[in-house]
Amino acid sequence: MRYSAFRILKEALSGHKGWTPAWRDPEPQASYDYVIVGGGGHGLATAHYLSKVFGKARIAVLEKGWIGGGNVGRNTTIVRSNYLLPGNEAFYELSMKLWEGLEQDLNYNAMVSQRGIMNLIHTDGQRDAYRRRGNSMILHGSDAELLTAKQVRKEAPFLNFDNARFPIKGALVHRRGGTVRHDAVAWGYARSADQHGVDIIQNCEVTGFRIENGAIKGVETSRGFIGATKVGVSVAGSSGKVMSYADMRLPIESHVLQAFVSEGLKPIIPGVITFGAGHFYVSQSDKGGLVFGGDIDGYNSYAQRGNLPVVEDVCEGGMALMPMIGRARLLRMWGGIMDMSMDGSPIIDKTSVDGLYFNGGWCYGGFKATPASGYVFAHLLAKDVPHETAAAMRFDRFEKGLVIDEKGVGAQPNLH
Amino acid sequence: MIIPHPLLGPRDAQEFTYLGDASLLNRPDWQAENADAAFYDYQYLRNNPAGVHRELWFHEQGDRSWLIVTRNTVTHEILGAELAVDVARDMSTKTETGV
Ligand SMILES: Cc1cc2nc3c(=O)[nH]c(=O)nc-3n(C[C@H](O)[C@H](O)[C@H](O)COP(=O)(O)OP(=O)(O)OC[C@H]3O[C@@H](n4cnc5c(N)ncnc54)[C@H](O)[C@@H]3O)c2cc1C
Repeated sequence: MRYSAFRILKEALSGHKGWTPAWRDPEPQASYDYVIVGGGGHGLATAHYLSKVFGKARIAVLEKGWIGGGNVGRNTTIVRSNYLLPGNEAFYELSMKLWEGLEQDLNYNAMVSQRGIMNLIHTDGQRDAYRRRGNSMILHGSDAELLTAKQVRKEAPFLNFDNARFPIKGALVHRRGGTVRHDAVAWGYARSADQHGVDIIQNCEVTGFRIENGAIKGVETSRGFIGATKVGVSVAGSSGKVMSYADMRLPIESHVLQAFVSEGLKPIIPGVITFGAGHFYVSQSDKGGLVFGGDIDGYNSYAQRGNLPVVEDVCEGGMALMPMIGRARLLRMWGGIMDMSMDGSPIIDKTSVDGLYFNGGWCYGGFKATPASGYVFAHLLAKDVPHETAAAMRFDRFEKGLVIDEKGVGAQPNLH
Repeated sequence: MIIPHPLLGPRDAQEFTYLGDASLLNRPDWQAENADAAFYDYQYLRNNPAGVHRELWFHEQGDRSWLIVTRNTVTHEILGAELAVDVARDMSTKTETGV
């Protein structure tokens, strides 16, 4: 069923009796050509591009819980193409271009809203660093603008400009950045993949791999063995656990990141504002809630909840940046498990097992990557060669000293 | 989280900074044949278990000792804490005596 204004009108007049489920609920078949492990944004996007763009069939997505229950439904919905390093920025720019055409591609309203992202500047050193980043972004075809304090004041007059420790001296603005409704991304990709013949199998946990003579034969699941010629693992925070079933150790640690939403308020925040120096960022959802967050908790965790010290730290950051936030009540908070890699950048690569592919290490920034991640992972699965924008995102970059370390902090996952 | 410091008793985890897996105590021998591979493994690869994890915490805002904390990564329950120097000493006596 195609969604359109006409369809809404028709359904409205006929008592909404004609809507059908957005995707089927099939029983798993005995075997597939492609099995994607993990029905998060990346797994579903992979299935969509694999079927629609690369023309492959006999594809299944296996999800241990329900579609959208992982990080794709837990993030703060920010999308941006503002990376510095060559190994990254071309990839994130591809992602931004795919976001820009996503709703037409999926025939689904994902509420892609390019309302802009402002990274605040407090010192001369920071301005130099952001100028360099902005230039790098422009060289990769993205957009960047450097604002003076006066210009920032015009766009966000409510900020605390004269904070004694971090006075606001300007900002780097990325106008094409913004937010996208995260659940709709999962649902839109799921619906489109389903329409292209992909079986989306929920409540199906992968519990092991069947590997014979160094080649994948299929996966053991809570719903029995499922044969597969190629298996792509895309389980984000569970990467370490799932790849241990193939006896692999990864350059990844799992950490918890929290997010917060206030009660609904009238429109006040124009786009996304990041206060890196204070470990705080904020945007406002279309429903009016202030959506904000800060740092990861900082210790290995597989619990989808964090601890109070970070709650305090984030709220302090908010108060320092925009004291008016103290008047808003906190409505909800939650945590998600991040696959923090050793250099802060992702891995999209083959593994030492024939037919077993891996996609992970997304840290706290994998939502914006969803379309490109799906696209290049599908490319790798279909053609066995990496997509040109993801050629640097390899496993062996650590061994070879070719890390992609945006922050330059080294092999310390909780600092990325 | 409250960490049972072996010398100071129960302390708030906020007083500590976190480094990572306690395997970081096992620094490979830089003169060994396979030093390259061993250092790659040491520096970058992690077991990253969902469950019991032994990990290094530094009592930065306390007595500045390194602890090895045993903690469940699924529940955040802390199961014990030892002084890292004691563990390191035990490890080196074991290697010296070939145990
Ligand atoms: C609080 C928070 C805020 C964030 N904010 C942003 C942001 O503003 N911008 C941004 O770009 N990124 C953000 N992120 C990061 C982003 O959400 C993730 O990097 C991204 O969603 C990960 O990819 P995914 O959608 O495929 O993950 P997930 O949705 O987690 O998908 C992985 C799926 O694998 C499934 N799975 C796990 N193990 C198995 C198994 N054994 N068998 C079958 N299935 C399995 C899980 O159930 C899960 O559904 C944020 C994350 C959090 C937690």
